[in-house]
Amino acid sequence: MLSKAKLWLGLALSTLMFWSASLQAAWELNMPRGVTQISRDTYDLHMTIFWWVVAIGVVVFGVMLWSIINHRKSNGAKPASFHESTKVEIVWTLIPFAILIMMAIPATRVLTDAYDTSGSELDIQITGYQWRWEYTYMRENMDEEEVSFFSILSTSREEISNDIDKSENYLLDVDRPLVIPTDTRIRFLMTSADVIHSWWVPDFAIKKDTIPGFINETWTVVDEPGIYRGQCAELCGMEHGFMPIVVHALPPEEYQAWYAEQQQAAAGIRELAAAEMTMDDAMSQGEQIYNQNCVACHQADGVGMPPVFPALAGSPKATGDRLVTIDTLVNGVEGTSMAAYGRQLNPIQLAAVITFVRNAFGNDTGDLVQPTDVNAYIQEGQ
Amino acid sequence: MSAAHDHHHGPAKGISRWLFTTNHKDIGTMYLLFSFAMFLLGGTFALVIRAELFQPGLQFVEPNFFNQMTTMHGLIMVFGAVMPAFVGLANWMIPLMIGAPDMALPRMNNWSFWILPFAFAMMVSTLFMEGGGPNFGWTFYAPLSTTYGPPSTTFFIFAVHILGASSIMGAINVIATILNMRAPGMTLMKMPLFVWTWLITAYLLIAVMPVLAGVVTMMLFDIHFGTAFFDAAGGGDPVLFQHLFWFFGHPEVYIMILPAFGIVSAIIPTFARKRLFGYESMVYATASIAFLSFIVWAHHMFTVGMPLAGQLFFMYATMLIAVPTGVKVFNWVATMFRGSMTFETPMLFAIAFVVLFTIGGFTGVMLAITPVDFQYHDTYFVVAHFHYVLVPGAVFSIMAATYYWLPKWTGYMYDENLGKLHFWLSFIGVNVLFFPQHFLGLAGMPRRIPDYALQFADFNWISSVGGFLFGFSQLILVYIVYKCARGGKPASAQVWEGAQGLEWTVPSPAPYHTFETPPDPALIKAP
Repeated sequence: MLSKAKLWLGLALSTLMFWSASLQAAWELNMPRGVTQISRDTYDLHMTIFWWVVAIGVVVFGVMLWSIINHRKSNGAKPASFHESTKVEIVWTLIPFAILIMMAIPATRVLTDAYDTSGSELDIQITGYQWRWEYTYMRENMDEEEVSFFSILSTSREEISNDIDKSENYLLDVDRPLVIPTDTRIRFLMTSADVIHSWWVPDFAIKKDTIPGFINETWTVVDEPGIYRGQCAELCGMEHGFMPIVVHALPPEEYQAWYAEQQQAAAGIRELAAAEMTMDDAMSQGEQIYNQNCVACHQADGVGMPPVFPALAGSPKATGDRLVTIDTLVNGVEGTSMAAYGRQLNPIQLAAVITFVRNAFGNDTGDLVQPTDVNAYIQEGQ
Repeated sequence: MSAAHDHHHGPAKGISRWLFTTNHKDIGTMYLLFSFAMFLLGGTFALVIRAELFQPGLQFVEPNFFNQMTTMHGLIMVFGAVMPAFVGLANWMIPLMIGAPDMALPRMNNWSFWILPFAFAMMVSTLFMEGGGPNFGWTFYAPLSTTYGPPSTTFFIFAVHILGASSIMGAINVIATILNMRAPGMTLMKMPLFVWTWLITAYLLIAVMPVLAGVVTMMLFDIHFGTAFFDAAGGGDPVLFQHLFWFFGHPEVYIMILPAFGIVSAIIPTFARKRLFGYESMVYATASIAFLSFIVWAHHMFTVGMPLAGQLFFMYATMLIAVPTGVKVFNWVATMFRGSMTFETPMLFAIAFVVLFTIGGFTGVMLAITPVDFQYHDTYFVVAHFHYVLVPGAVFSIMAATYYWLPKWTGYMYDENLGKLHFWLSFIGVNVLFFPQHFLGLAGMPRRIPDYALQFADFNWISSVGGFLFGFSQLILVYIVYKCARGGKPASAQVWEGAQGLEWTVPSPAPYHTFETPPDPALIKAP
């Protein structure tokens, strides 16, 4: 009998726990405690201040509610005649002041810690672009192969337009996440190539603006391996809601292996860029790149959103001299949202997307641009 | 002779009454009606936002149009709804409260109103221009608004210039009226708090509107004349824009709340039938808040990478604001304490103001704490915070004022049952709308995004339901005001049993001209 009761109790409890866990995921009420010392300090500070204001609220609203219930005319309450008291005024000026000092002390300590960017073991530069992030790992010597890549939203447009079901990490998935080692003091150097963005990962309690012409610094040490997600926090134009941040924190050995792999891949791309592409290859790869990088402004059918985002279909820049198309892609168009893709895409990707733009949307130039052509153009420019 | 006499003293007939009027009551009425129209327009934009955010995914609008909606909603509510409403109340009530026959500068008064509709017509027309309207948020940070802004930005700049000119003229008028036209015996420390808070607000306006004009002019030069004030590529500084904007923007926040303090300080004593507690400390607290508003601007910019010393200074200065603000809240509660309260619609709105504004104040203290602000900054937590101080704060105070003085304006009592219905629907709606946004922000939802990750779905639909409830409830107010203007139970001069002040010594409705001779000094008592 007893064991049966225990069984039921256990079943009920585990159902309850499962239910509350799933409830918590959807009905999250509070900020995450996070995985760094600073994020835990921040959380604790947040809760401290929260309980202070709750306490003040209980007292103030309590007195108010008590007055509302007891001192109403319908109860026959007669108004008192007092209307000033210097003593009381001084008391309720000094008490909040004292509470504020108690709040300021831990706040100053946490802020000072968050600002101490010294002693970093790894430096990573984060550059904001409309609407993607570039991560560049700082090398110890310049002969090493550089690891640098862009990180772009990988949620499909069909999910956003409600044509297919939304995936679990809807709007919070990227093609290439930032990879960092755990238990390592990392300094982030932040800047922007166009407008102001803000790099925010709640689990690290890092939010810092990336500003053109400035380099901001912040730091972290992540304790637990895992996948951490965030978003751009500063309005940066049309696709502001669509530039997520994903960070994979790996144990240091796994990180080292990943880093070596990336260096090899960077060398590999240089070799590949010397080879010829076929038209079919270029078109299929080009379409992929177009859908990831260009479609938000120039639209799936290449009609754009004039006048800010011009049409590509029938555009003289896409159908005329191929050097004009290459130049537009490589160097961008100054003073507009058309970014310089010369750094964002490698020569193979550039050649593919240029070929795609010159042949899709009825542009049909029949022109196949090779990675070597793009490379030649870039080198000539320098 | 007598016909000419009448013509001089009564309102003109037809449209020219409104076009050429120099009467503070007419101009006040026009300001109030205009601001209410803008409130409905800005509210409609907000409903577009809430409709889009009802579910994840893009349903109704494109991201670019969504950004235009957030921008226009902010600009219209700040410059079109809240500020002109307070100027309208100032026009109507300040001369009546200080025993003056009119505002000091009546022709300028006419002009400062009539340029507003043109400014807003121009601003709203940008939505129909090629490339769309402003889409960079009401804070229009450079270089998003300069190098990357739509072509219509120039019209936006011109509209802001006109709004600024209107505000400065209104402020000069308020100051000139209060300082020069008080009835004999109306000393500064006998002025109602609404007059005091408006005097201080007017000084804030004169101090910061030129800074706003300066910053948009610098934008204009960056866009059209090749300067690079805010363009890093030309040696300029995007952060400078934010310093200039918030040097205007933070005092602007208090411009939108100080007159509200004045209104609530008039209403609570009336319905508690007890003198306002700590009148003098209220005046000093208002002045302290105004002073502090000039030295806290960079708390809007804790994530731009200021040096540690700067962060600490702005954190401490911001926390200090809680002290005078706390004094005000304690004084209101002490006024209610041992009073003899009744709960007519103005009092309900005033009490809701105290409670919900204080909740906005609490989140304000939390936001002041710099290291924690890194987590709150630019999230829905901030959206919830400033909507709590602006909607159940500033907007509720304007509604309270409307119900409180409507019988004085129209000569009829409004429908109390409908007023209470409007209050309760607004009160429930506003909380369902904005309270869940605290949770969204803490859970990590950035502001100004047209679409969001799935874990934010539940609180977003709740918030949207609250938004539509709050929005449509305002149609009740339209009907109440319309009905009250048409007729009803005639209002006495006193209107409210416990009301104090010169405005209750004139008949209801207030005659077209009041205090052509100064009131009896014996009527003037300290609030």
